[in-house]
Amino acid sequence: MATELGENPVAPVVLDVRDLSVSYGKVEALRGINLSIRKGEIVTVIGPNGAGKTTLLSALMGLLPAKGDISYLGEHQGTDRQVEHLVRHGMTLVPERRELFGEMSVEDNLLLGAFDRYRAGHRDHLETMDQVYDIFPRLLERREQMAGTLSGGERQMLAMGRALVAKPKLLMLDEPSLGLAPLIIKEIFRTIAALTKTGVAILLVEQNARAALHVSDRAYVLETGEISLEGPSKELARDPRVIESYLGLGHRH
Amino acid sequence: MDLQIVLLLGQDGITSGAIYALLALALVLVFAVTRVIFIPQGEFVAFGALTLSSLQAGKLPGTLWLLIGLGAAVAFADISWALRHHKMRRVPLILFYNCGVPILLAGYLLAVSPATLPQPVQVALTLAMVVPIGAMIYRLAYQPIAEASVLMLLIVSVAVHVALIGLGLLFFGAEGSRTTPFTDMSFQIGDAVLQGQTVLVVVASLVLIVALYFYFERTIYGKALRATAMNRTGARLMGISANLAGRLSFMLAALIGAFSGVLIAPITTIYYDSGFLIGLKGFVGAIIGGLASYPIAAAGAILVGLLESFSSFYASAFKEVIVFTLIIPVLLWRSLTSRHVEEEE
Repeated sequence: MATELGENPVAPVVLDVRDLSVSYGKVEALRGINLSIRKGEIVTVIGPNGAGKTTLLSALMGLLPAKGDISYLGEHQGTDRQVEHLVRHGMTLVPERRELFGEMSVEDNLLLGAFDRYRAGHRDHLETMDQVYDIFPRLLERREQMAGTLSGGERQMLAMGRALVAKPKLLMLDEPSLGLAPLIIKEIFRTIAALTKTGVAILLVEQNARAALHVSDRAYVLETGEISLEGPSKELARDPRVIESYLGLGHRH
Repeated sequence: MDLQIVLLLGQDGITSGAIYALLALALVLVFAVTRVIFIPQGEFVAFGALTLSSLQAGKLPGTLWLLIGLGAAVAFADISWALRHHKMRRVPLILFYNCGVPILLAGYLLAVSPATLPQPVQVALTLAMVVPIGAMIYRLAYQPIAEASVLMLLIVSVAVHVALIGLGLLFFGAEGSRTTPFTDMSFQIGDAVLQGQTVLVVVASLVLIVALYFYFERTIYGKALRATAMNRTGARLMGISANLAGRLSFMLAALIGAFSGVLIAPITTIYYDSGFLIGLKGFVGAIIGGLASYPIAAAGAILVGLLESFSSFYASAFKEVIVFTLIIPVLLWRSLTSRHVEEEE
């Protein structure tokens, strides 16, 4: 079982997925996916383009219908999982396309990250927004600027910041390094590594396998809709199959 | 043409234009958030005006029974949803908002004689009856098909429009009515007389526009509505549900409609079906703004009001023709200057 491979086997399981499958019409995009994440853990899913990584996150977030057994925070999820319900219980997704509110300021984007908590009666959004500004000082500088005018790296920071304002228990990141300059990627991954101190569980989907394996505790390799390999990231980084397909020869950290 | 006529027509045009501007804003809002082209927008104007005049005539408006009926239907739909999703905790709230409040309102109206109430209370009661109907119509007619195409939503809009016109005839009869003016003040400016009621319409419209501006710019719910209009997926991921945004935008549209109806009821005779034409002129304004830009829609609506008022003087038989012909050059210009965007599905 995957869970016994975790860094901290006593931390509670945040998400446990058994035999998940997703179909687009007659085409099965994901088959028999088993996956689990514990509190404070960074788990990564690597794999080639088109393997179904984004589909996996969309299904977990309730954006796509899925079959199988998903339990989140110890609660079994029914068949019609609703995004709003999951958001209310601390699940957040930073999608590959970021999905920012382009004609709104950075500040308003962050504020809307707290929308659901505000609606549930919490009034701590100013505090959590300040914490996000501490993590990404760049956002503080750009605070009044429209989100649509930000650079790629800033957009990713804003998308992550907006998710963090929601005080997530499970943070799912879809290709956070996509299209970013190497220096920015380093900064983003440093932030991801630091986030686990807050106890949040992170599910990271990446094509940049080297960075993802470096930052994560455990990893799954997703190929053509199925998990082909799994294990602690350090071990997978040494696995010849992973090296050949995803890390390439002669590359080192 | 002498100055006095220009001032008179201008005053008239700006008054109607202010109302069209409000309706244009409501149409842009509803379309941006829900993709619904809200044909029944004008019906809320008629319902607002006629409900107020019923109250002033000492009658119980049929609007009340519509509110109770729709409330019961919404409660039924929401409770069966709550039962399926094991959210029994929500049932008392659902019952309170959809059945309790309308019944309390009915009880109050039966207990007092509405004709003797002060005018502001009558207006408040009118809004309390008409505004929730907007959200209820969204829940019953649009929410179940929220993901449908714009065309499908438009067809439903036509159906809702026809149903409301029929109900309007049933509730208020075929005769038109006017309400008591809010003020009988008038001002002398040079040779022209400025009616207090006219000033009131323009000022109240401006106040509502400013209030809406603050709602959208300064409150988290207003921002959530704008966010939904900008990026539906992004908004869902923030927990801003399409249902919430839809109900909220329809409630605002109903508020704007009923408020406009209350404002013009003392200066125009409103019939059960007058709303459609008024709404359509707001729609021309909204089209000038491409169903997307609030300021251009508002300016377009003022232009429609002025055009209507001047053409009713110079070519009164062609008044409507001239107003609606305005849409042709606008559409031509828009289709030539804007890139065609496929409907996102």
